[in-house]
Amino acid sequence: MTATSAPTGLPFDETTPRKGALQTILSSDLPRSKVLSFILLAILLVLAATPFLFSGSQPISTAAKICVFIVLVASYDLLLGYSGIVSFAHTMFFGIGGYGVAIALERLGATWTSVGLGLAAALGSSAVLAVAIGLLSLRVRAIFFSMITLAVASAVAVLASQLSDITGGEDGLSFQLPHALRPAFRLLSEPFLGTVVNGRILAYYLLFFVALGTFLLLLRIVNSPFGRVLQAIRENEFRAEALGYRVVAYRTVASVISALAATVAGALMALWLRYNGPDTTLSFSIMIDILLMVVIGGMGTMYGAVIGATLFVLAQSYLQVLMEAGSTALSGIPVLPNLIHPDRWLLWLGALFIVSVYAFPGGIVGRLRQGRSSQA
Amino acid sequence: MSTTTPALETRGLTIRFGGHVAVNDVSCRFTPGTLTAIVGPNGAGKTTYFNLVSGQLRASAGQVLVSGQDITTLSPSARTRRGLGRAFQLTNLFPQLTALENVRLAVQSRADAGWSLFKIWNDRRDLIEKAEAVLERVRLSDKRHVAPKALSHGDQRKLEVALLIAMEPKVFMFDEPTAGMSVDEVPTVLELIQDIKRRGDATVLLVEHKMDVVRSLADRIVVLHNGSLVADGDPAEVIASPVVQEAYLGLEATRA
Repeated sequence: MTATSAPTGLPFDETTPRKGALQTILSSDLPRSKVLSFILLAILLVLAATPFLFSGSQPISTAAKICVFIVLVASYDLLLGYSGIVSFAHTMFFGIGGYGVAIALERLGATWTSVGLGLAAALGSSAVLAVAIGLLSLRVRAIFFSMITLAVASAVAVLASQLSDITGGEDGLSFQLPHALRPAFRLLSEPFLGTVVNGRILAYYLLFFVALGTFLLLLRIVNSPFGRVLQAIRENEFRAEALGYRVVAYRTVASVISALAATVAGALMALWLRYNGPDTTLSFSIMIDILLMVVIGGMGTMYGAVIGATLFVLAQSYLQVLMEAGSTALSGIPVLPNLIHPDRWLLWLGALFIVSVYAFPGGIVGRLRQGRSSQA
Repeated sequence: MSTTTPALETRGLTIRFGGHVAVNDVSCRFTPGTLTAIVGPNGAGKTTYFNLVSGQLRASAGQVLVSGQDITTLSPSARTRRGLGRAFQLTNLFPQLTALENVRLAVQSRADAGWSLFKIWNDRRDLIEKAEAVLERVRLSDKRHVAPKALSHGDQRKLEVALLIAMEPKVFMFDEPTAGMSVDEVPTVLELIQDIKRRGDATVLLVEHKMDVVRSLADRIVVLHNGSLVADGDPAEVIASPVVQEAYLGLEATRA
């Protein structure tokens, strides 16, 4: 290798000016691996065409959940992967988004104004909370910051279940959507490509485009001069401060951006489910899922969020079905059918996780990019 | 006393760690265009003095002034933005980012472009070109895509100097820039410091152990001993003075 050869394996290529619309949309941060590009494109196309590709409500619900989790996981990657901040309060912001929309739609009626007001109030609350946590605790050592986020998140979860007059307590809130998003609404009188374009499908596309837009915005932010400072802080906080960057201010802004994106994801989730409750957006098990998705996909890559969320949600939705089939097929053989009984799906998910972390420390995206640089 | 405002001044600067006074009542002025070497035996408080000036440590008493303005209560980043630049004794870089990105971050800070959230970093060609120019100056252009963790110790030291140059500070603070370098790498770094001195009105502070380096570069020598300033003046005079011979230079002088 000569010193001036193209730095294919490196995280950044500073020498090539940006050109082309794709580079602009992807903020100059291309997948940098053929396989990865192919997988990402496939995910994008399938998600875009899901309502027309599959029939029944489960595929479209799974696709909607994937869209929401891509935003949620990408916003967590901004914190964990790019800024090196370990927060356990991410589901809190997810929940605030869900409750904001749910409470507004339930109280103020099923109008777009309610959606707007609910989302605005949720975004405002999330921003205030994120700034408060940031300024109070980003000055302390990382482990204490994590503990504080955990404490605040638990407090908010308890609050949400106690204030049952407003939040519906453990039962959560069910609500009506604006007319255009209801299943009874018809955009076209005739089916399009064999599918009736109803309010449900409109709701899906609302979700899809908001998620896509938010993801691309996050991708832009991590590739901005600001995003570069976050990575510098992650690498060497002391030196970043000595270079003149206000570390606490940068970290706080990163926390706020991440919180706002999680809030948007929560609002989308509630809109899709027409329901919001502690189990769908606030629970700590979702926090664990987010962590797993970031790590499996690849931290600090953004694209890892897409892969991690897609794989994980698919596994959650279909691993049991797959195991059911396997278990039935193997009936008669001792032990094996029991081992892959659908009730053991969490065990196998856990095993998959351990294997993937062990085999791909840089996540799937890290592995794919590494593969490319060794060929080059 | 000169009428020009010093670029950097400390007044009665003191720090105590429990009962131990690491820097004791140091008052000193540093004027533009002067290279001042700060010497003293190990544990004399040289690096601690630097830490007090650049803000990594807070003074127990006394003041730090940059261009006449009191900066004693400011954070390290705020002091940097006022024109203090520091290279560290133990190499302190961004280990996973490329050499060019390390320098680019310094250039970006100088250009005050860190708060741009929605631009693509790659579109700021001016910052990248400036970073390339600085790498050229420290002769690391061919290693621009190498991360510091893969650089030799000498190259890491050069990169440390590059970050300082990229900051374009009013006051350059070098903390043993040649420490741990191989003999043939030392002249490059010394030339860089000479070059900084030649190019305009920089105020340079240099903590250094090697007396030959100090003799060849310094316009003035300040001697610290047990945290106190014990001598200050023209290099030849200071080196010859009995207090310095006794406190620190005895061994070095006979060796030289």
